[in-house]
Amino acid sequence: MSSSDNAAMTSVKQESKEKAREKPRDKPRDKPKMRAPRVNAETQEFWDATAEGKLLVKKCNACGENHFYPRTFCPFCFSDDTEYLQCSGRGAIYSYSVTRRGEPYAIAYVTLEEGPTMLTNLIDCDFDGLSIGQQVAVNFVDTGEGTAVPFFTPV
Amino acid sequence: MSIRGKAYIAGIYEHPLRDGTGKTLPQLHAEVAKGALEDAGLSKNDVDAYYCAGDAPGLGGINQAEYMGLRLNQIDSTETGGSSYISHVNHAAQAIATGHCKVALITLAGRPRADAKEKYFAKPGGGAPAEYGFEGPFRPTVVNMYGMAAMRHMYEFGTTSEQLAWIKVAASHHAQYNEHAMLRNVVSVEDVVNSPMVSDPLHRLDCCVVSDGGGAIIMVAPEIARDLKRSCVKVLGAGEAPKHLMGGKVDLTFSGARWSGRKAFDEAGVTQADIKYVSIYDSFTITVLETLEDLGFCEKGQGGKFVSDGNLISGVGKLPFNTDGGGLCNNHPGDRGGMTKVLEAVRQLRGEAHPKVQVPNCDIALAHGTGGLLGSRMGSATVILGGEDA
Repeated sequence: MSSSDNAAMTSVKQESKEKAREKPRDKPRDKPKMRAPRVNAETQEFWDATAEGKLLVKKCNACGENHFYPRTFCPFCFSDDTEYLQCSGRGAIYSYSVTRRGEPYAIAYVTLEEGPTMLTNLIDCDFDGLSIGQQVAVNFVDTGEGTAVPFFTPV
Repeated sequence: MSIRGKAYIAGIYEHPLRDGTGKTLPQLHAEVAKGALEDAGLSKNDVDAYYCAGDAPGLGGINQAEYMGLRLNQIDSTETGGSSYISHVNHAAQAIATGHCKVALITLAGRPRADAKEKYFAKPGGGAPAEYGFEGPFRPTVVNMYGMAAMRHMYEFGTTSEQLAWIKVAASHHAQYNEHAMLRNVVSVEDVVNSPMVSDPLHRLDCCVVSDGGGAIIMVAPEIARDLKRSCVKVLGAGEAPKHLMGGKVDLTFSGARWSGRKAFDEAGVTQADIKYVSIYDSFTITVLETLEDLGFCEKGQGGKFVSDGNLISGVGKLPFNTDGGGLCNNHPGDRGGMTKVLEAVRQLRGEAHPKVQVPNCDIALAHGTGGLLGSRMGSATVILGGEDA
């Protein structure tokens, strides 16, 4: 289980802790706790779209499959002829788990109408009323850094 | 046996790039892979083994395999600095010579100049893997990523918390005899389901312990084994398979054991009915349940019934497992349970497990590890071991 993913997460955690020390919170928490996404050359377009409230997946022009997380190369046929596709923002819960230690939050996989399943959190909902198969819609939360994080909420 | 003449280099590619600004590291690994495959006249789906060193982001090549959408029988991330790729040629040739793979991909990529320009947060290990930006904001933890696998298994197959609890109950029955085990008290199904919920549907007693410690293994050639006084355990077969999110075609109800187990059984030339003892990586109870199904000890979806009523308890059930108490009760050194799984299987085959849990006439045993996360990407590895007469 030990991995450099964990190492990456830890270092981001340390960074944000340092930031938190520099800038004390000036208002009570009214948004889910989150880490701002890390943006790079391959994902800039995805995160730019989130600021306009648009959720994108990648579509392959060679084999027609949609994929997520978005990357340059289609993971099904390895073509690099891929482009972003705007989603409806609607989907269904594939699975979820409410973490009960500390302030509870619900991590989930949501299967989008466009096909791919993506990791997210379910917010603005009764955690005890969640179920697999439940219909959800994207609910963007602004990070304050020019991006928004695609959370989901039952509809 | 040697590698001489057993393997060929069929395709190569050297990236013309000298400044990687505007391209990510996972993308560069994929670009060189595509170039070499085109040179060879092969496609991505022909690749069944992947070799990379510390310049590939993530966990030992698994994350890069996910980026490229690879389905693999062999993965190797030997890291010896700049010489790694020559070692990989040797290791790939050995794997091809012994039939563990047919088409091996070896990649190197780096962008130190672009990293410096972009003030990228560079780290050893190739930096953040490609998926990180799409997962980090949602606070995945080890427990909730396994919790989602359990939740989906319950939804599809009607598996219950009580059934999962039987796995912990069996481990605790074994741990009571292990003087080094962290948790030696025998627990009941009620104790497990009444323990605090950590992340739905996993309770505290569904989770393994956190421990310090370690382990080591010595492997020798047959002629050395013959001359040693110690009883030696024979390797009969092995299989490996990373499993990931498959570009968004997510299925959390099975692990890579589905593929690694088949390979190991084929090579060993034995069936599930021949296995007298199993060591199954038990990071969580759900890990054991899915693994037993994937290894073919029961039908997919029937794991809950299979583990119930003490079926995993030595001397009681049909398939004794983790007789040292496993990760659930004994230890989990460095958060890496694969080592201790091999060690207890060796003890069983030598007849040196605790007398209260020793499986009679234990001649063939299986050890299986799940590294990473059942809820996203993992490295699965199976080994089948036999006594001297196996």
